[in-house]
Amino acid sequence: MKKDIILCGVGGQGILSIATVIGEAATRNGLCLKQAEVHGMSQRGGDVQSHLRLSTDEIWSDLIPHASADLVISMEPMESLRYLAWLSANGTVVTSSKPFVNIPDYPAAELLQGELAALPSVVSMDIEQIARDLSSPRSANMVLLGMAAPYIGILQIEQLRDAIITVFSRKGQAVVDANLKAFDAGVAAASKK
Amino acid sequence: MKRLLLGDEAIALGAIHAGLSGVYAYPGTPSTEITEFIQADPLARQRGIHSRWCSNEKTAMEAALGMSYAGKRALVCMKHVGMNVCADAFVNSAITGVHGGLVVLAADDPSMHSSQNEQDSRFYAKFAMVPAMEPSSQQEAYDMMAAAFELSETLREPVVMRVVTRLAHSRAAVEITEPMDEKPLDVCTERWVLLPGIARKRYASLIEKQPLMEQAAAQSPYNRRETCAAGSKLGIVACGIAYNYVKEAIGEGGNILKVSQYPLPADEIRRLADENDAILVAEDGQPVVEEQIRGILGAGYPLKGRLTGDLPRTGELTPDNVAQALGVSTAPAFPSAQHVAARPPQLCQGCGHRDVYTALNQVLSAYPDYRIFGDIGCYTLGALPPFKALASCVDMGASITMAKGAADAGLFPSVAVIGDSTFTHSGMTGLLDAVNDKSNITVVISDNLTTGMTGGQDSAGTHKLEAICLGLGVEPEHVRTVVPLPKNMPEITRILKEEIDYPGVSVIIPRRECIQTAARHAREARKQKEENK
Repeated sequence: MKKDIILCGVGGQGILSIATVIGEAATRNGLCLKQAEVHGMSQRGGDVQSHLRLSTDEIWSDLIPHASADLVISMEPMESLRYLAWLSANGTVVTSSKPFVNIPDYPAAELLQGELAALPSVVSMDIEQIARDLSSPRSANMVLLGMAAPYIGILQIEQLRDAIITVFSRKGQAVVDANLKAFDAGVAAASKK
Repeated sequence: MKRLLLGDEAIALGAIHAGLSGVYAYPGTPSTEITEFIQADPLARQRGIHSRWCSNEKTAMEAALGMSYAGKRALVCMKHVGMNVCADAFVNSAITGVHGGLVVLAADDPSMHSSQNEQDSRFYAKFAMVPAMEPSSQQEAYDMMAAAFELSETLREPVVMRVVTRLAHSRAAVEITEPMDEKPLDVCTERWVLLPGIARKRYASLIEKQPLMEQAAAQSPYNRRETCAAGSKLGIVACGIAYNYVKEAIGEGGNILKVSQYPLPADEIRRLADENDAILVAEDGQPVVEEQIRGILGAGYPLKGRLTGDLPRTGELTPDNVAQALGVSTAPAFPSAQHVAARPPQLCQGCGHRDVYTALNQVLSAYPDYRIFGDIGCYTLGALPPFKALASCVDMGASITMAKGAADAGLFPSVAVIGDSTFTHSGMTGLLDAVNDKSNITVVISDNLTTGMTGGQDSAGTHKLEAICLGLGVEPEHVRTVVPLPKNMPEITRILKEEIDYPGVSVIIPRRECIQTAARHAREARKQKEENK
């Protein structure tokens, strides 16, 4: 069994923390993992992506081939559309619905919604609003991970929760609790959809 | 025990566990994390392994050669273009030879994710006539460090370790082995004095070692054949991480020669050619191996690769372009989205470089013709909208010297913008030239007190810039310091105008801490305060 995941967003939105949590859960539970990240220049407000591959068997390529990502997890709606070449025919896009506009030619929101709606499987929500409602606006990325959790499949929701505890423990209990609450809210929001 | 490590981190830990005594490096994507890992590693700290950043790749290479002379294992790390900076020291270290193991790590950046070219460091290894290793996985990167140090000590030559971005910045689990001890101090008794008479002998000795290097590559466990029983008569030479893309595409089948150690195992190449009807060369970077195999097999043999167009001539390999070359590619399941705009990187909101460009554009627009020569760092982004300020960005330090050359030719105003770390890397000597020539240039050293672009590493010249400029002979009244903030704009523009109009070398130092490192320092201070409570 394998799961190929594209994580994407804008530099600074926290996609690497999502990758770290999934990576921790995968390693702890004996899965093979490869995760290609982007460091350096494009982190400065540019588009960023990470290829995350999980499998019960050996993984060869660090990059995901076209048409084989089971999931595109995106912190930003336009960014989720940048990686359609990688999405498999029965793959799912889990994305924030809230545009991050830092370029002059950002497309109209309806155009993006239209393109997303044309895809067979999309979960799109305002994760920033959900995080704000929980009074932890910096945990929007964990809301998104919660929304994606049911689709990851190869890892159970409890295993991801345990990984959040491990990854954030060095930042103190308050940070762990905030991230867990955000994650749970994401899971709940996705199940209501 | 297994640990989840970036390729860079696997290299770092592999080096520490191979008994490393010092890493010498200048930050550069995608190599930076190697030195950062060693700086933070508990065992490295306990052992007191040298890991402080160097001023540039040349000082790094030379210091590592000195450590090797003293009998200890040293690692030099850089991005591929850093090899150009240290090339003099590197190429001549092959002539002197080494004493303690010396590994020169070059992280190449095909597709130029964060670079200005796609140069392939395997050419440098061949040029200097030393072995190169090219791991295909994080595990190999870890394991190879010990092997590379041993090979270096056996041959008494530096060994190049070449990785590419997709290995440097990709994570996987790595099986960790027991750390070895450091080597004791054992100062070399030979004299590495490359006077012509001695250098000729050393060069002859380097030539004599070539068969040993070939033998080592032929017997290396990192070079191996995989043969499928039946079917395809296509031989595949898979170098470094290209091996992974080949395996991704064709699984267990395939007549593959995996190459991760150079010089090329020529006999194995001939055998692969004999057993097949054609060969595909899959290598990330430039067609280094393809050209050599063309030489080994001759023009008549059907060889496919980047030169023949079977793989793209530029850009990194991907599982898709390799699969296509092997005839097993999969088309995307969905058409590309219509409404996706490019989102290039940009200077952070609140960054001092922004104020510098705002001021420069405002002042210079009053002159009929002017140019701002740029340099390498975050502030290169001043070339993009909204500033569109730069005429050039070529290599570390070129802002000052290009401004000088253009001023020599008659351009006025001729302005250089360079960062603090880039200035001490390669700008100082150019400034001395300008001072000696009394060139009519204005140099802006945009000082954010860090090496910002690569994530905020210590900058060698912090708190020393004025002293350096004065020491190089810039007149004291033309070394001016300002604080780049919007509220100071009247003062900044006034000083800029005065110094541009001064017919000689002026240096203006806008100094304000990088907002990323400032935020990090504030977080650390808060944490410290809480712990002290």
